[in-house]
Amino acid sequence: MLAVFKREFRSYFTSVTGYLFMAVMLFFVGLYFTGYNLSGSYYASFSYPLYSVNLIIMFAVPILTMRSLAEDRKSRTDQLLLTSPISVSRIVLGKYLAMAAVYALVCVICALGPLVISQYGTVNLKTDYSMLLAFFLSGCAYLAIGLWISSLTESPVLACVGTFGILLILYMISDISSILPIDALASALSSLSIRDRLQSFAYNLLDIPSLFYFLSIAGFFVFLSIQSVNKRRWH
Amino acid sequence: MIEVRNLTKRFGEHLAVDNLSFTVEKGQIYGFLGPNGAGKSTTMNMMTGYLGATSGQVVINGHDILEEPEEAKACIGFLPEMPPLYTDMTVLEYLKFAAEVKKIPREKRWDAIEESMERTGLLDVAERVIKNLSKGYRQRVGLAQALLGMPPIIILDEPTVGLDPKQIIEIRDLIKGLGREHTVILSSHILTEISAVCDHILIISHGKLVASDTAENLANRAKHTHTLHLVVKGELENIRAVLEEDSELEQVSLDPGEEEGTVNLQLASRHEEDIRERAFYFFARHQCPILGMSQEKVSLEELFLELTGEEEKKDAGSV
Repeated sequence: MLAVFKREFRSYFTSVTGYLFMAVMLFFVGLYFTGYNLSGSYYASFSYPLYSVNLIIMFAVPILTMRSLAEDRKSRTDQLLLTSPISVSRIVLGKYLAMAAVYALVCVICALGPLVISQYGTVNLKTDYSMLLAFFLSGCAYLAIGLWISSLTESPVLACVGTFGILLILYMISDISSILPIDALASALSSLSIRDRLQSFAYNLLDIPSLFYFLSIAGFFVFLSIQSVNKRRWH
Repeated sequence: MIEVRNLTKRFGEHLAVDNLSFTVEKGQIYGFLGPNGAGKSTTMNMMTGYLGATSGQVVINGHDILEEPEEAKACIGFLPEMPPLYTDMTVLEYLKFAAEVKKIPREKRWDAIEESMERTGLLDVAERVIKNLSKGYRQRVGLAQALLGMPPIIILDEPTVGLDPKQIIEIRDLIKGLGREHTVILSSHILTEISAVCDHILIISHGKLVASDTAENLANRAKHTHTLHLVVKGELENIRAVLEEDSELEQVSLDPGEEEGTVNLQLASRHEEDIRERAFYFFARHQCPILGMSQEKVSLEELFLELTGEEEKKDAGSV
């Protein structure tokens, strides 16, 4: 698993994808950081920029995930992996963790934000860092969805478009649920929304169930990806 | 060493491999021979665990490839039809990665990489990015990957495709060398390649095993089925009528000859025996002088065509 992880992680930085992902994310975090915290309204909370960037993740995540499993299938390198004495779950997990590590780099750089603000005013570090944790875990959930879409196709382009589509629907879920006439359905739908859950972190709540929710989405879609790679051998 | 039992693979309606069974013994070189689309690659992919079989079983050194995949796969080095290369890596990085996923112990890793690079002549290009290598070199990198750690079983799917004649000879020598300590299975649709290196030949056609024997036995078998070419003086109708008298002689073709009043005739024996004398006395008795006679020995190539061609006819008949 470590071998796959190392190879994948390095390949994100020998090609442009890793840099592109980090550049897009950090550019928008920086933009909102400047807007919310360093000028204009001078909010003393790093949670606002992080929450706003949730929209950008939809565009950035497919950059990272589209090639993860689809490219292997296209270039037949999956033949090396699948005929090696290493289990499918380790292969998929290695690839997933490599993506999560690239994303973690972004979060590590973001972790400097609250410290910068604290130089100029009082910051509730607990709120900001719990938001950052939620930001990281929700991103991991998005990455797992992208991984799964990538496992379904041979074409990275298709994987990219598909992932974007699903993340867009996920983003719109709370808007859709608010216009639904049936209350029970609406509240069930809105509880799926990652965006709503992130918002509660921005309002100073360490919402443990939401953290579990993010983790279980990630786990579920990694599991589906493993199943999907396994199943493909029988067709 | 390797046991394949009733292996079957269906892709939708298409039956790619049909109830294939064979055993591969240790320390020999096996050749999979068959025309394109015969099911060679599919069989190899199932033997290495890349594809799952619709039914049947593959057992490698006592480990079922599906039930104990890690133990079974650890015994195999596999070069697929298209070398599975990460083209953004250098040769050395790639082989290092391959050695890691193959779980070659850390302390033996460098020796293993160096040995397989040396065997495949890659030492000069170790630092080159695979993307920039020629097809022949890429094929060698794929081969080096399969040889890493010198696994007891080495499976090569069309190993010499894309190589120039000099490289082909090198690779053949390499494979012959491997055959001393390892079990090697290689596939090809080119007969000369298989007969040059393999101890044992498995001929596959339309997913079925049509022949499995040592190269020598197959060649002997080929010699026994021979055809006699005759030029006989006489009229076409006469000869045809006369031939019906001897049931031992099978008429393959009968055409008017180039000279006036002669016929070109091809005869085969119904049983595997030499019919030259028989034909001589037969035509002498009927007052039809034989002007020319030659015996054609069926080569391995023709036997191959015959074996794989017959299947096609049968298939066409059943459709």
